[in-house]
Amino acid sequence: MVRVYDIAHGRAGDKGNTSNISVIAYDEAGWTIIREQLTGERVMRHFAHIATGPLKRYELPKLRALNFVIEGALGGGVTRSLAQDAHGKSLSALMMTIELPGA
Amino acid sequence: MDKPSGAVRIGVGSSFADDRIEPAVEIAERGGLDYLAFECLAERTIARENLTRQKDPEKGYTPRLLERMGAVLGPCLQRNIRIVTNMGAANPLGAARAVRSQAKAAGLGDVACAVVLGDDVSELLRGMPELPIMETGEPLESLLPRMASANAYLGADVLLQALQTGAMVTISGRVADPSLFLAAAMHFHGWGYDDLPKLAAGTAAGHILECGTQASGGCFADPGKKEVTDLAGLGLPFADLDAEGNIFIGKTPGSGGRVDVHTCTEQMLYELHDPAAYFTPDCVLDITDLEISDVGPDRVRLRGARARPRTPTYKVTVGYHDGYIGEGQLSFAGINAYGRAKLCAEVVLERLKRRGFTYSETRVDYIGMSSLHGMGEGRPEPYEVRLRIAVRTTDRKSADAVGFEMRACHVNGPTGAGGGSDPMVREVLAVQSVLLPRALVSTQVVLEGSL
Repeated sequence: MVRVYDIAHGRAGDKGNTSNISVIAYDEAGWTIIREQLTGERVMRHFAHIATGPLKRYELPKLRALNFVIEGALGGGVTRSLAQDAHGKSLSALMMTIELPGA
Repeated sequence: MDKPSGAVRIGVGSSFADDRIEPAVEIAERGGLDYLAFECLAERTIARENLTRQKDPEKGYTPRLLERMGAVLGPCLQRNIRIVTNMGAANPLGAARAVRSQAKAAGLGDVACAVVLGDDVSELLRGMPELPIMETGEPLESLLPRMASANAYLGADVLLQALQTGAMVTISGRVADPSLFLAAAMHFHGWGYDDLPKLAAGTAAGHILECGTQASGGCFADPGKKEVTDLAGLGLPFADLDAEGNIFIGKTPGSGGRVDVHTCTEQMLYELHDPAAYFTPDCVLDITDLEISDVGPDRVRLRGARARPRTPTYKVTVGYHDGYIGEGQLSFAGINAYGRAKLCAEVVLERLKRRGFTYSETRVDYIGMSSLHGMGEGRPEPYEVRLRIAVRTTDRKSADAVGFEMRACHVNGPTGAGGGSDPMVREVLAVQSVLLPRALVSTQVVLEGSL
């Protein structure tokens, strides 16, 4: 097993009630793993208890990066959320905890 | 590193209203800049500043305007660096007047400011109740009675017009963040809207820069994993754009932080949804073929950004009153800390119910366990837990009651409840968006002072 944290880094951004979280592989081997194994379904399962979805997944091979756009992830939106982290800036750290089968 | 010949160097001085100020002074003094742009408006800032302006017609600009401009204006004027900023918020004209009078008092002379007007479209929207809200599809009508502000994200075209007056300072209200930077590049190089590759370059560079140090080592460090040199002395980034639209990113010489493919890639994807369609008022940016590469120490090259023509609409952010959020916090530690925190939450919610308060939404957080990522499949019990309860309601009194009951648990709650916060009540200004045909919006540039 390998954690996303071990092979990639990322950042979470907010727009309204939608969070986008990038996952960027450190190298080609990591890119192969996240591209094949970090599917939209896997990510949605990991976020299901805090986000309604739907989720969209975009691939950017030239940046060795994935971009996940998760709707309903910010407690109604940054400006009205009851959450401490209304922007969901810490959600990239949740993404990093996902475990993948690995190479 | 030296600027490539014929290139323009555009720096960023801030990425939100409460950003640090010293790094902006450093980039002005040591960055070798031609332009310095300050982004200071979050989604709901204008709504809040509109309320300020209603109380005092001379205010309504970003609250730290004079602190920030007081620090950077002198160093910029000395080096012939033009300033472009949206610090005008709900009162760009008032901001210009305040900056001018402060400059005069500081001995900087008569500093002309070009002021961008026309982003405030609230009167226009009052007559268009049928416009659909982008987030919900509902007609705007339901928000109109509670509307606090409505501002269109203007583009680089009107900022360019302001720069063309020759004023050293351009002040606007709502504009799209990347447009602040694109406008500077268009002004320097004489680019027009028919030149899509250049719009793509300027917009991509603007997107990298708009969040300030987030491209140069901010929002990045993770000790032992992702190291950032001298994070305390974190410096701001700049972009060099040559006449062909080649983009190089760097940062203040001698400052802390790092500019490399890792920091720039994180920032490129920040707050971006479909990478083939990033909508701005200037173009639709496509970064699916963008390449980011290291070309030297703290020096990154971006290439391959593309753009399609701008859409016929402006995005408008509508700020509206959305009731109150009430909140209280209280701490527990030691054996069974979580159990006592849970009992305390039950007791507080029951007391509020017995007193007749109702809430449309209630949130219970156990800080140290579940306040950021939820309970998931269960969390280990920590030594310390801070209980936080937050509620949504339409009246201030109900909101205040939460923090009151939480603090009262110092005496009336489970054993060892300490550190109760003062009851917190926040008036909520929420935002939604609509699209408005460009043709309906009239923009204007006003020159304050003489050149």
